[in-house]
Amino acid sequence: MNKNIKIDRRRFLQVLGAGSAGVVLSRCGVKKKEGDEAPGLSSGKTSEGTMTYRVNPTTDDKVSILGYGCMRLPTKNENGEDVIDQDAVNRQVDYALSHGVNYFDTSPAYCKGKSEQAMGIALSRHPRDSYFIATKLSNFSPDTWPREKSLAMYRNSMKELQVDYIDYLLLHGIGMGGMEAFNGRYMDNGMLEFLCKEKEAGRIRNLGFSYHGDVEVFDNLLAMHDRGEVHWEFAQIQLNYIDWKHAKEINERNTDAEYLYNELHRRGIPAVIMEPLLGGRLAQVNNHIMEEYKRRRPDDSVASWAFRFAGTPEGILTVLSGMTYMEHLQDNIHTYSPLEPCSDEELALLETSARLILDYPTVPCTDCKYCMPCPYGLDIPAIFAHYNKCVNEGNVPEGLQDPNYAKARKAFLVGYDRSVPKLRQASHCIGCGVCRPHCPQGIKIPKQMARIDAFVEKLKQNRP
Amino acid sequence: MLKVIRVILAVICLLAVTFLFLDFTGIGVRYFGWLAKWQFIPALLSTAVVPLVVLILLPFVLGRVYCSVLCPLGVMQDVISWVHRKVSRRHKFGYRRPLTMLRCAVLLLFVVALTLGLSRLAAFIEPYSEYGRIVSSVLRPAYVEVNNLIAANEATDSYTFYNLDYYVTLSMVIVGVVTLLVVGGLAWWRGRIYCNSICPVGTILGYMSQFSLLKPVIDSSKCVKCGKCARECKASCIDAKKERIDYTRCVACMDCIGNCSTGAISYSYSYKSKNRKSENSDAGPDSGRRSFLTVSALLAATAAVKAQEKTVDGGLAEIIDKKKPERRTRITPPGSKSHDNFYRHCTSCQLCVSKCPEGVLRPSVEAGTFMQPEVSYERGYCRPECTDCSQVCPVGAILPIDAAEKSAVQVGHAVWIRENCLPAVDGTSCGNCARHCPVGAITMIALNPDDPASPKVPSVNTERCIGCGACENLCPVRPFSAIYVEGHEIHRMV
Repeated sequence: MNKNIKIDRRRFLQVLGAGSAGVVLSRCGVKKKEGDEAPGLSSGKTSEGTMTYRVNPTTDDKVSILGYGCMRLPTKNENGEDVIDQDAVNRQVDYALSHGVNYFDTSPAYCKGKSEQAMGIALSRHPRDSYFIATKLSNFSPDTWPREKSLAMYRNSMKELQVDYIDYLLLHGIGMGGMEAFNGRYMDNGMLEFLCKEKEAGRIRNLGFSYHGDVEVFDNLLAMHDRGEVHWEFAQIQLNYIDWKHAKEINERNTDAEYLYNELHRRGIPAVIMEPLLGGRLAQVNNHIMEEYKRRRPDDSVASWAFRFAGTPEGILTVLSGMTYMEHLQDNIHTYSPLEPCSDEELALLETSARLILDYPTVPCTDCKYCMPCPYGLDIPAIFAHYNKCVNEGNVPEGLQDPNYAKARKAFLVGYDRSVPKLRQASHCIGCGVCRPHCPQGIKIPKQMARIDAFVEKLKQNRP
Repeated sequence: MLKVIRVILAVICLLAVTFLFLDFTGIGVRYFGWLAKWQFIPALLSTAVVPLVVLILLPFVLGRVYCSVLCPLGVMQDVISWVHRKVSRRHKFGYRRPLTMLRCAVLLLFVVALTLGLSRLAAFIEPYSEYGRIVSSVLRPAYVEVNNLIAANEATDSYTFYNLDYYVTLSMVIVGVVTLLVVGGLAWWRGRIYCNSICPVGTILGYMSQFSLLKPVIDSSKCVKCGKCARECKASCIDAKKERIDYTRCVACMDCIGNCSTGAISYSYSYKSKNRKSENSDAGPDSGRRSFLTVSALLAATAAVKAQEKTVDGGLAEIIDKKKPERRTRITPPGSKSHDNFYRHCTSCQLCVSKCPEGVLRPSVEAGTFMQPEVSYERGYCRPECTDCSQVCPVGAILPIDAAEKSAVQVGHAVWIRENCLPAVDGTSCGNCARHCPVGAITMIALNPDDPASPKVPSVNTERCIGCGACENLCPVRPFSAIYVEGHEIHRMV
């Protein structure tokens, strides 16, 4: 009996210990699904060398290979609402600049529309020539297609960012909605013409576009470049070791990054890279792949492989990372100071990993939140994040006969309630489809929601 | 020795019953669920033969050990009284005359109420239910909060603790607190006075115990009439001057035996010579079983539970709470057979309420059914795989059913409200009710029969509908759903 008591007490203390460790952890984070994108500190190392820079052939800008993506800025809870944690933003921007990062990429659409303002506050504390600011004309909604609305959006960006010129301006997300949306947003209202004039006037130093979706639009824009109708100083594409050759396997509508990059490189247009981590998914690989990485470079994080891959091709100007936490920033600076390009053997390993990752039936959500808010209150990215996490951790049991069923079921269901409040779970999706056109990855969200909900229902009904 | 055994068993029973009410993992029900069914009134109401026979025979053999060991309310009073004596050394008891008229009057009222099927009135003085209400409305919220706190801070990849939603009804908290204050206050003041003056179970068992084979007996040849036993008797039933014990009030706590400095009191076979002493021949529970219970109780105490949900990042639509629709007929849980059976048996102990994982069962706040559980679907719905309430109900208000049977019991049927329905009002395609109906009782049909392309709205096959509330709960329309469940007075198989 004594033995029993001891064991119980020890277990109890372990639980308590785990609890208090949790408290400590949750205090240093900003909240939000930790782990989704946290690449993990590479044994506490910070940069020992200097940042690698690439040169923009048009303007001779010396751009850091690490670009700061401002779509996932740190937030804090104020009066029950999530607001940007400006102090944390300031700290991280200061740290980034002092470690050589000089490219900041934002948009009027990011962080519920608050990203530009926050970056304006943080960057205006530094000399204007110490950083490059990139923002976008995010006139997705047909309400903003009329010329005066688009102009207002463009001018507001300057105001929020507290600048009188923009270093890099992008037509945002061309390809979504096909040629029709492109014409509506930039051609019919004369906005492209206007932006070219702004470039001549020096208020835009580089004009480019970011591309998702329909490749016809991408090809068209490059054809315009070839015909000399417009000169693209840069273009932003999604590139990572899965999208390089396997974009179609994630989504029919996507195009391999290898093609996109080569098309740009052929024309001498430098590429800015987005989604190098595929929304954090490449920082959360399964154990087998992780071991391969760690065996080769024990001190480097899993995420660093994805960043080194993205930075390896020469025609890449900068690789954007949406860094929420200081730890992300430090790890990425470590990776790129200096960048050690991937060897052929490493590239082959990453290609093998890509194929392995694709064998896992994850949903290709990158947590960009363009689908939000869902009118029925669902937290779509959180549902996908939980599902993907369970897929990667092997907690998606096939059926009752799965030897791991009871444990996996508990991990899935308990974790589900923990990461998504009950009223925001997939069971509340009515399939209205409002989210569908907004997804840059082309995920059939209502269909996926119904699938996940059916899976949850099966788990709930089949008690072990 | 006898007292030690009594105290150990009593504490185990008290902790086990308390844990049964607090627990939400199923451990409590699995190991201690039987304890609720071994309570006197629940056994009587559910006519559970074995417990009933044993509980009736027990006072004829051992006296009122039920009151000092099995009854959680009685043991709770002992604890309170014990604390009082620890705090104030001067607190003593003394012989008091029985309040026979009061006891009999209360018992009579209780029996009449039960006979007339007014168990909700009888419930107020039913000891087990009183204890259940104290635990579930006073202790449980605190227990769940602690669990949620632990769960909120648990490591991301650990799933031992999970968050639990719980709801408290103000009126039930008031009932619980008042019960605790009245019963606890009486115990603080005069030990077992509640048990010996009001409690109907105490009265019944008390009169049976007069004929008990074994009872504390005073050996007059040894007694020096010092009165020490009477001063320590929390039942105030020893008249030391006359060397007499009122066995209707003695709860066989054995305190007097150890307190007697001359060894004049013994727990012995009372129909034999008064001089005979029972040595240590009393069969206490065998040690194997005792250690089993001890270990179980320890396990239970360390397996505390539950969690908190994380708040999520911005860009979320606000969700307003659902409101309870006005149902013409109430819904009672599957297994309750009919309103008649349910309300006749239920003593409002709240055990089913504390076990319902979906927040479907909650105590009624209406006058006619006050405190008795009722079913509503604003927080969740009656899930097909769950039969928890039917497994725990000790009084037979909800009879045991299995999941297969449950999916065929019709407790009510769904009613569609056209004016609230999204497709009917603004043409949005929905069908969430039909998609989640576990028995396929909802078909989506075109609103306009002549136009197959018109928005599809639900139509309920009331023959197949079981009234589980999935449709009502998952309907996107808030606060009042476009489909809700009307209860049935008599359940039937479909």
